[in-house]
Amino acid sequence: MRVLIAGVSGALARQVAMLLKGRGHEVLGLDRRAWRDPPEGIEVFETDLRKRAAEDVFRTRRPDCVIHMATVNALTAGGDERARINVGGTRALFEHAINHGVKHVVFVGRHTYYGASADSPLYHTEDEPPHGIGSFPELADLVAADLFAANALWREPRLCTTVLRLVYTLGPSQQGTLASFLRGKRVPLVLGYDPLFQFLYESDAARAITLSAEQGVKGIFNVCGPNPVPLRMIVEQTGRTAMPVPEPMLRALLGRFGLPALPPGALEHIKFPIVVDGQAFKKATGFSHEVDEVEALQRYRMLTGR
Amino acid sequence: MAKDDPIRELVNRLELPFNALGVDPYGISKKHLVVGFGILGWLYRTYFRVHAVGAENVPKRGRAMLVGNHSGGYAIDGAMVIASMMLELDPPRLAQGMAEKFINQLPIGSLWSSRTGQFTGLPEHAERLLEDDRLLMVFPEGARGTAKLYKERYSLIDFGTGFMRLALKTKTPIVPLGFVGGADAVPTVMNSYALGKLIGVPYVPVTPYGLALPLPAPCEVHYGAPMTFEGSGNEEDSVIKGYVEQVKGRIGELMEAARSGRRSRLKLGGER
Repeated sequence: MRVLIAGVSGALARQVAMLLKGRGHEVLGLDRRAWRDPPEGIEVFETDLRKRAAEDVFRTRRPDCVIHMATVNALTAGGDERARINVGGTRALFEHAINHGVKHVVFVGRHTYYGASADSPLYHTEDEPPHGIGSFPELADLVAADLFAANALWREPRLCTTVLRLVYTLGPSQQGTLASFLRGKRVPLVLGYDPLFQFLYESDAARAITLSAEQGVKGIFNVCGPNPVPLRMIVEQTGRTAMPVPEPMLRALLGRFGLPALPPGALEHIKFPIVVDGQAFKKATGFSHEVDEVEALQRYRMLTGR
Repeated sequence: MAKDDPIRELVNRLELPFNALGVDPYGISKKHLVVGFGILGWLYRTYFRVHAVGAENVPKRGRAMLVGNHSGGYAIDGAMVIASMMLELDPPRLAQGMAEKFINQLPIGSLWSSRTGQFTGLPEHAERLLEDDRLLMVFPEGARGTAKLYKERYSLIDFGTGFMRLALKTKTPIVPLGFVGGADAVPTVMNSYALGKLIGVPYVPVTPYGLALPLPAPCEVHYGAPMTFEGSGNEEDSVIKGYVEQVKGRIGELMEAARSGRRSRLKLGGER
């Protein structure tokens, strides 16, 4: 199978590319960020998904399957540019896919789609609408991209569309929302709150994405692995020190003293849990994780030398 | 630390799927349970001197729904029922209440309710916990039930019907319970809704002595035999209400029994 990965230079996407290559598929990549020295056999086109050159890749190389990993997810990244990439890029990818004979599109979205708020349930199922966008408008573009990808299911019935809502990842790349949060020696928490966090080890996440590309499962799926873990426990088990700070003080401190400048709504994500039910995906693909939550945290602690 | 040990032992005997870090799939943590039940156990045995009758009616394992009356200006009843399921059952069980929404919004309240399995009362939570064969605790009178005044203490206000539809849908036996004494612990003469709004809770109960700190009034709880109803949960309201009335009637009887049990205990023991 010829697979094109959009956003291939991302940490997780590279692992997906190498995994697919190792399993005998022909892998092409597309990214506006460079991937210097990709492994032999992985051809990378350095262009923006919304540019003409990107459509040329679809036209001339005619991939069977396209994996969309070119969304910007970081809570710190904001603004119009992010929205343009996430919504505009997703639209362009589906257009090119339909116009150039792609059979299967995998949209790799995030479980943050469901939103974090005090009154949202644990274990979201795929039929739930997003929650708490009001308190975190910066998330709207990711929600829009997810919904746009999902409505390809009825707009383009001949295209096989897979929408994945993937939990946070943790692993050797030390990149991603959770990893950035754990970057420092001391990790600020909101005093009196301790949400459950759900994460997959990177190798498991890459395997889940690979499986969905190979199996061509149609539909919307939450992707998760081991049990969720309280944030404070994640901080402590990875060898950091938890620093619970009263919320008003934390709000005032954001963007100073080396703390990230998070939009106010992002605090909801360290107050309340987003936990998803991944049964449907496991049933459809036979996926099961190899690294459980305890081992993942232990490995991460070793990796980051704490 | 030695004082904790019997409690730790009980927590270890809970039949919940804890991982190696002592956390279950819902984030219930052994560490927090040990601390929480240390406090609840003292309140149960020493402060409120709770007398529980019929705890053996609660199934040892598998899904079940504890359904009771509210007694007292805030959830002393719930806390003591949770304590009695831990202290009186063998093996112990963790009763999981359906908490008011405001609790998860408050700092500390959010953390402790999450770590001890007292989740926000959402239908999704209730159904998932029952499907997972947990012990659910429901007070169908809701917050209006804890707002009952002292003079209304032996009354039952209208029950919601959601619990019955859920019990039918998930084929869950209902264990009725009657709880008395909470209103003597917190003898509410009025509720201040304005003060409540100020601090982010529905209301603040006001007692003759002002503050709503609980008095050490003895409490009594009676559990009845499990009640099972046949159906799908999609029945018409009139049918559901009929079932709910049966449960409500049984709870009324259990409250009466608890009331006379408590009265004779007060006379004999010369307590208070």
